Amino acid sequence: MKVKRWLIALGTLAYGRLRRKRIERQPEPPGREYVSEPPAPGHVVPQGKPSPFAEYLVALLLLVAAIFAAGFIVTYAVYSPQEMPNQLLGVCIGGALVFLAVALAVVAHRLVVTEELEDDYPEEHPQEQEQIAQLVRDSGSRITRRKLLIGAAGTAGGALALAGLTPVLSLGPLWDTKALETTPWRRGRRLVDVDGRPMLAADIEEETFYAAFAQGAPTEEIAALLVVVRLAPGQLRLPAGRGSWAPQGILAYSRICTHAGCAIELYRKPKFAVTEPRPALVCPCHYSTFDPARGAAVLYGPAGRPLPQLPLMIDSEGHLAAAGDFSGRVGPAWWGVRARPS
Amino acid sequence: MSDRVKDPVRFIDERTAAAPLLKKSLRYLFPDHWSFLLGEIALYAFVMLILTGVYLALFFDPSLAKTVYHGPYAPLHGQEMSEAYRSVVEISLTYKAGLLIRQTHHWAADVFIASIALHLMRVFFTGAFRKPRELTWLVGLTLLFVSLLEGYLGYSLVDDLLSGIGLAIGYGVLLSIPIVGGPLGVLLFGSAFPGKHLFESRMYIAHVFLIPALLATLIVIHLALVTARHHTQFRRDKRHTDKRIVGIPAFPAQAPRSLALMLIVAAVLFLLGGLVQINPIWQWGPFEPWLATNGAQPDWYLGWLIGALRLIPSFDVVIGHQTIVPNPFWGGAAFPLFVLAVLAAFPWVERVLTRDRATHNVLDRPREAPRRTAFGLAFLTWVFLIFAFGSADRLYVLFGVSYETLLTVFRIAIWVVPALLYLAVRRLCTELQRSDRLEHGRHNAEREAAEEEATMTARRQPVI
Repeated sequence: MKVKRWLIALGTLAYGRLRRKRIERQPEPPGREYVSEPPAPGHVVPQGKPSPFAEYLVALLLLVAAIFAAGFIVTYAVYSPQEMPNQLLGVCIGGALVFLAVALAVVAHRLVVTEELEDDYPEEHPQEQEQIAQLVRDSGSRITRRKLLIGAAGTAGGALALAGLTPVLSLGPLWDTKALETTPWRRGRRLVDVDGRPMLAADIEEETFYAAFAQGAPTEEIAALLVVVRLAPGQLRLPAGRGSWAPQGILAYSRICTHAGCAIELYRKPKFAVTEPRPALVCPCHYSTFDPARGAAVLYGPAGRPLPQLPLMIDSEGHLAAAGDFSGRVGPAWWGVRARPS
Repeated sequence: MSDRVKDPVRFIDERTAAAPLLKKSLRYLFPDHWSFLLGEIALYAFVMLILTGVYLALFFDPSLAKTVYHGPYAPLHGQEMSEAYRSVVEISLTYKAGLLIRQTHHWAADVFIASIALHLMRVFFTGAFRKPRELTWLVGLTLLFVSLLEGYLGYSLVDDLLSGIGLAIGYGVLLSIPIVGGPLGVLLFGSAFPGKHLFESRMYIAHVFLIPALLATLIVIHLALVTARHHTQFRRDKRHTDKRIVGIPAFPAQAPRSLALMLIVAAVLFLLGGLVQINPIWQWGPFEPWLATNGAQPDWYLGWLIGALRLIPSFDVVIGHQTIVPNPFWGGAAFPLFVLAVLAAFPWVERVLTRDRATHNVLDRPREAPRRTAFGLAFLTWVFLIFAFGSADRLYVLFGVSYETLLTVFRIAIWVVPALLYLAVRRLCTELQRSDRLEHGRHNAEREAAEEEATMTARRQPVI
């Protein structure tokens, strides 16, 4: 107890001493570099003492700035584009500017008279306010149908503004979300890899994931993009009615996260086996995590809908193909999108 | 008889009658305090953005047409990419000094928005937004939020992998806006994401013309409003009042100082552009909608939105089977709009709460307004913690704390920490005020004692 009290006392004492020192140092004279004497008769700005040393210094600094600037030009001229040292270019032009700035700082502090002046803050103008109000009121003295005119002017202005904005609607389809709902998938359409080669069911392995595209559709069409995985058929717990959607345990989901539209680019398998025994599809943007064994239901993260699932079939040549269209809408949700497949 | 100083002045005045205005402007007073430079830094960063941006526009090709890369950067050889991305790789690696200008442009954008944010804090915590400067405050806030959009469009134009991911998220947020989101997304992009090729030129005209013109107009209005009402000032001595301003004149004293600051800003940006690599787009590769990458982070000024998108619990507002409000709306749109609304309304809210309708030209020290300072710090901390969570995946890599744990911790901390901070800061401010009063009293007493002693000595003197 005693030790603690001693410590507190010492601490207080030390704090007090520090604080006292700071207080004693504190009241520095404000504006010590300002010239305070009034200008001599016939002058606007007070006279300062000449400082030849500062003038030489400024001249020197300006010359150094010029050398740096010249260095920039030389560097630009001497090196080929591939060997251009970006650092040297930056140092040259940055250095030139630094020396220019220092020169100006010397000018500001040693060569230019710095006065501290006072001025009035601008006041309000009640008289002018009243005069303007009166002016506006008086100007309308011949008008008797004020409301009618204001209404008509508002209508004309509004209609004209709308008319002016109308061409903007040509930017894209108006009030039409069909583009968000169309997909290239239909029964029999093959899955291809990034080079356009049809994918064989036999090539799809467990413990990894694949990017797949719709044959013949552009690779930038987000509704064409798939993530394909293989799970042991016994593990699958797909929603009712999807019993035949995953031949041999091969599953295809939309590659576009239903949260904010990034690509599903992480497969939590086989890593994280200790903490997360189940395989999971993860979006790296906001870590929405989906369970491929359960129809890509949301396991974790901000996504509000499962990834749409594409029913698959294996054709006679062993190629993967769609057996129909997605179970839901592809991509981020919008007002009115169906939360669950109907 | 010619006079080299007066002749040009006379020439100008005879043709514009501007001599009185010019004289007044030259003697405009600037209060001398370092914190007033933050806004100026933003202004000069904007100048740098225009200069470097014009240079970049001479080489950038805003086209999504496909091409195959055959430039000097071997890892991209033979890769299919858009003309836009190829032209930025070329600016970076083929044109002399192109990389310097591009990196300086990017750094200038980051510094521009950072200095606006710091300037906003200075204005907030000193009460500079109070009457008669509420309009200046609103224009400044608009400037900040338009700048965020401008920066976002700027790096979205490049069409590298990171910028494409950012654009996808922006599209998701756009779609999530209630009622109009879906149709608006289709209208702006021309189709579903990634949209028609025209979308790139739409972003381009917005980034290089529409928004810069808007920003420049807002800056002019902001500065006009500042000068119309003059600068605020701190109370250093009895001369500084709400009626009288004390400062150094624009000419000759302030001019070289301000010019030096402009050159220093330009110098720092060029040095950063030369020495510190930023967004090496050739490493990310071209964007494809089917690609994404782990550990992607936006520019710092959008980090708070990523944090909010990640923090928000998983729910869509659903009625029956119809989604009404998709999840990204809360973090990506409602959150920044809420922050904007709170800041925009603050001058009026404070007026109502404090019943203070007076004109204020003298600034508060933060301690003099305990509730404002406490609220400001708490609000700022709330936003900052959400911002910090935006890099939770990086925190996981750095500290090994699992993402799930971080999520839980942050979901609690963003409410608890600001609340505690509010109470602590309010207390601290009132304590500081009390110690100020004590010190003031002690100072007065000491002075009185000294004066008394002086008179005593003076009285004693004749005796000797």
